[in-house]
Amino acid sequence: MKSRLTFLLGGLALAAMPLALAQPGGLRLPKTLEAGSALSIQSSGRGPAVLYIVGHGQVLKRKVQLGETTLFSPGDLHSAGRYLAVLVGGPSTEKSEFDVTAAHHPGALSFLAKPSRLPVDLHDGISGVVYVFDAFQNLILATTPVSFQLSGAAGAMQTRTVLTHNGVAWTKMNSAAKEGTAQFVARAGDAMNTRVIQQVPGNPCRLRMSARPSGERLTLETEPVCDCRGNSMPDGTIVSFTETYDGSESTVDVPLKGGVARTDMPAYSGARISVATGVFIGNEIRWRKQR
Amino acid sequence: MNKPLLTVCSLFAAILAVCSDHPAVHVEPTDSVGPRALEKRTEAAVIRDYLQAWRSLSGAFEKNRADLLDPDFTGTAKEKLTATIKEQLKLGIRTRYLDGAHDLQLVFYSPEGLSIQLIDTVEYDMQILDHKTVVTTQHVRERYVVVLTPTEVRWKVRVFQGQPG
Repeated sequence: MKSRLTFLLGGLALAAMPLALAQPGGLRLPKTLEAGSALSIQSSGRGPAVLYIVGHGQVLKRKVQLGETTLFSPGDLHSAGRYLAVLVGGPSTEKSEFDVTAAHHPGALSFLAKPSRLPVDLHDGISGVVYVFDAFQNLILATTPVSFQLSGAAGAMQTRTVLTHNGVAWTKMNSAAKEGTAQFVARAGDAMNTRVIQQVPGNPCRLRMSARPSGERLTLETEPVCDCRGNSMPDGTIVSFTETYDGSESTVDVPLKGGVARTDMPAYSGARISVATGVFIGNEIRWRKQR
Repeated sequence: MNKPLLTVCSLFAAILAVCSDHPAVHVEPTDSVGPRALEKRTEAAVIRDYLQAWRSLSGAFEKNRADLLDPDFTGTAKEKLTATIKEQLKLGIRTRYLDGAHDLQLVFYSPEGLSIQLIDTVEYDMQILDHKTVVTTQHVRERYVVVLTPTEVRWKVRVFQGQPG
């Protein structure tokens, strides 16, 4: 409430000033300006004055001579937004609003790619969002084409070009059928940004084990464990062997090593042995002691 | 007999409107914000945090204290506003920003939920002070493009940029 009253009182005080002091007309400047470009402001009259350029993005203050042109060098005014130019000289105050817009050339991309690791063969599994900025970190609001490219050692390259809307462009891509690292590249003009996506095998699709006797024990070994696209499951993936015999059950968890899991279990005649990894169940063996 | 009463009531209402600290807020209905559905609770949180960011901004610019931006701004927005406050401090300038009305439209919610973009047509009063002298007061209507990103407890403003029109 205090701040609103301050404004109210401030406004009344300024309104009480002689009308002639607030007469506009002597401050000439462009209504719109591209960020980073030079700016010249022409004033009228004679004598010393102070020029203020004020906005959220920048504040400038210069001592000037009325009637002369004040020059701002390229790069002086670089932050996009609305500005108020105020010229205070002697008894008069003149002001004018103008806009600084982002430069047209992309200078930097804010590129968010998700996820960084995902299973192979996932439709629209990878998303990419790009915000396009100019060299001064202003969001470029003019429509700008952004090209997205996903490529890796395996799988065909995917390319899409998307136009920005309010400075942002987004797309979705499929993960490749083969595991491996993929480069996800976003490009707008000369600006480029790359993200690395790890494509890992999907869920196991085939799990088969075989058994051979070794004295009083059985040696159990799986075939290489793969997903539905033939990608080997990573070493360390846990495979569970379960033996059921005479109403009792015992389980051995073994990590994959070199793509296969191997273990020993007691060779009970009539035992049932099953194998599983995660929620995927493989084959079952009923062991009979050979005579 | 009713006429004086009506006049008094109108005057009282006008004073209340001027003295109220809360800006008028209008949110455009959002049918679609791009690739991700926007839950009502998320929308409410984003708007609440954005309006709070305006309060922080006003305090920071009036007191020339960039640290007041910390809870509500991050990234590019924070860097730019901090730089402006440092310029103000160097030049002996302070600015008062008082937002009177916000017309908000949420326009983009990214597929992974890590950024949300809104457009705000805001009306505010701006007062420039050079040391202790009021240089000018101006009523401004401006369109802002704003990008917010989620943090541990709130949405923070990452891009805060005025645009023509």
